[in-house]
Amino acid sequence: MNIEPGRCGRLEQALRHRRDAGGKCLVPYLTGGLGDDWLQTVCAAAAAGADAIEVGVPFSDPVMDGITIQQANEKALAQGATPQRILSELRSVVTDIGVPVAVMTYANIAHHMGYERFASSLADAGVSGCILPDLPLEEVGEWAGCARSAEIETVLLASPTASEKRLQMVCERSRGFVYGVGLLGVTGVRSELSESATRTAARLKKLTDRPVLVGVGVGTPEQAAAVCEAADGAVVGSAIVARMLAGAGPEGVAELISEFRAALD
Amino acid sequence: MTELSEAIPVPSVPSGLMGEPSASGRFGDFGGVYVPETLIGPCQELDQAFRSAWGDPIFREELNSLLATYAGRPSPLSECLNLSKELGVRVLLKREDLNHTGSHKINNVLGQALLANRMGKTSLVAETGAGQHGVATATAAALFGMDCVVYMGSVDIARQELNVFRMRLLGAEVRSAESGSGTLKDAVNEAMRHWVSVSESSHYCLGSVMGPHPYPWMVREFQRVIGDEARHQSAELLDGGVPDVVVASVGGGSNAAGIFTGFVDTAAQLVGVEPAGGAAISRGVPGIVHGSRSYLLQDEWGQVQEAESISAGLDYPGVGPEHSHLAATGRAVYKQVTDSEVIEAFTLLARTEGIICALECAHALAWVSRARSELQGSTVLLNLSGRGDKDVAQMMGLLG
Repeated sequence: MNIEPGRCGRLEQALRHRRDAGGKCLVPYLTGGLGDDWLQTVCAAAAAGADAIEVGVPFSDPVMDGITIQQANEKALAQGATPQRILSELRSVVTDIGVPVAVMTYANIAHHMGYERFASSLADAGVSGCILPDLPLEEVGEWAGCARSAEIETVLLASPTASEKRLQMVCERSRGFVYGVGLLGVTGVRSELSESATRTAARLKKLTDRPVLVGVGVGTPEQAAAVCEAADGAVVGSAIVARMLAGAGPEGVAELISEFRAALD
Repeated sequence: MTELSEAIPVPSVPSGLMGEPSASGRFGDFGGVYVPETLIGPCQELDQAFRSAWGDPIFREELNSLLATYAGRPSPLSECLNLSKELGVRVLLKREDLNHTGSHKINNVLGQALLANRMGKTSLVAETGAGQHGVATATAAALFGMDCVVYMGSVDIARQELNVFRMRLLGAEVRSAESGSGTLKDAVNEAMRHWVSVSESSHYCLGSVMGPHPYPWMVREFQRVIGDEARHQSAELLDGGVPDVVVASVGGGSNAAGIFTGFVDTAAQLVGVEPAGGAAISRGVPGIVHGSRSYLLQDEWGQVQEAESISAGLDYPGVGPEHSHLAATGRAVYKQVTDSEVIEAFTLLARTEGIICALECAHALAWVSRARSELQGSTVLLNLSGRGDKDVAQMMGLLG
């Protein structure tokens, strides 16, 4: 389980770097192709203190996502977002922003392009990691093989109700970080942090040395700070995407990310 | 009927098809369990519960008793003398339209409700397109004293007012799925999203042979009663023989799976009929949505496309994975018919046999009617999956 930092991928290195320096990791999620300025928003998010950026590639049927990210998906698709366009635009900034990028989308986007081709197009775009939430342990094998060949880190999700044995398998097979799902539900901001969020993080921390980040239902800087009492970091999606949808622009989104950063520091 | 099966031998061709799926929940290259980690637990729990129940004679007995005393099974097999004369094809109808709630959907929901009850669940969640499965689920929930939440696309709610009212009358809560196209596929998304958060107390009562494992298998097993009955009934009628062709409409594919199961090991030709606007097998390519890998209508980037059919019950861009496997192996063939052929078949059956059928199964008849010259002299068994009351208003608008 002891992995030399030098041998792991760029995403994991960046998160380990933050954690090992005593800090907490912040990974914001932004919907790719949402509005004309989404790429500037990615850059602004990096500058505002994100340790890595998760970029969503919109899918027509995002079954893990709540209403905010659904709406963002629909809007981006209506604006002509395609995987190819998002990746080629990302490529133009990815080396300059200074933090690794992970793409989050659904299995069919990768499957339709072909797993091998999708993995290599992520690599060509300079993307470090990939999250496909509808590929659980049972189904992830074929994709993970292609991802590994293209040096893409496949981040796996860990469910709050999973058995110890299953969490262990997730920890062993996940790359980049282990994504603890904060609650039994879809993405979205809740008024309170679920107690399953910290409990899941604590369970995962006992099983792995890999960075453990918690997302889904982490919607405010206070909630992020609270979950980071157990976790190495937080993934924040809907709160940020809601700002994008509200037309806050790169500065408005960066401002919110700074607040999360401050709460974690 | 059991006596009958012993009395008359039926020709049997071993096919190795339509048995249990593989350990990974697959039929050939199709199926699987493509759901978020948070749904793996509920899917595994259901798989275990179904295996145990299906192997338990007491469960089978309870279900059979419900099917007989509540749903009205066995459904009859009707020989269509007038229609046969007009088409030059001997047509037999398996009358699922005569079941309680008016379609084959009741077979599956009674099975799932009984299972959910056995699992200690106190509520049912379902998706519905035209409302038939929603009504059937609400019916079973009322019978079992369970709560019921039905997700229905906002567009479908607007065009199927009567079924929405029926569900409410039965005590179900109908929730509008506003996202995407506001139709069946979005209702499935919403039902799955809801299920994640309530799976401890709720069972997701999926309406067709689709979704993650074990649903495609379980729903087919709950529908196999159609095929088992029809096999014996046709043997009685055909002097121990089987029909030359067994035909059924295919949206998700549960009524077709149900009747095919009874004939997959015979020489009968199996034909599934898809709407031209939702022909996942004929026009789609393999894809992953709603938990399984199967043929799927999608655009060049893998975004799921919306189906368009005169019958809301077949308005689905995917198809059950076992149908994809039956198509890939060639054991079943899948044809498409247009909306205008469907309307013609709908009126043909009403005029010749005095049966107003659902637009869904009019698809199967539309193919028989079109293929009549190649079917001359043969015997065709058609699964009449539902009655047409729900479609009469729509037909009045089109034909009135």
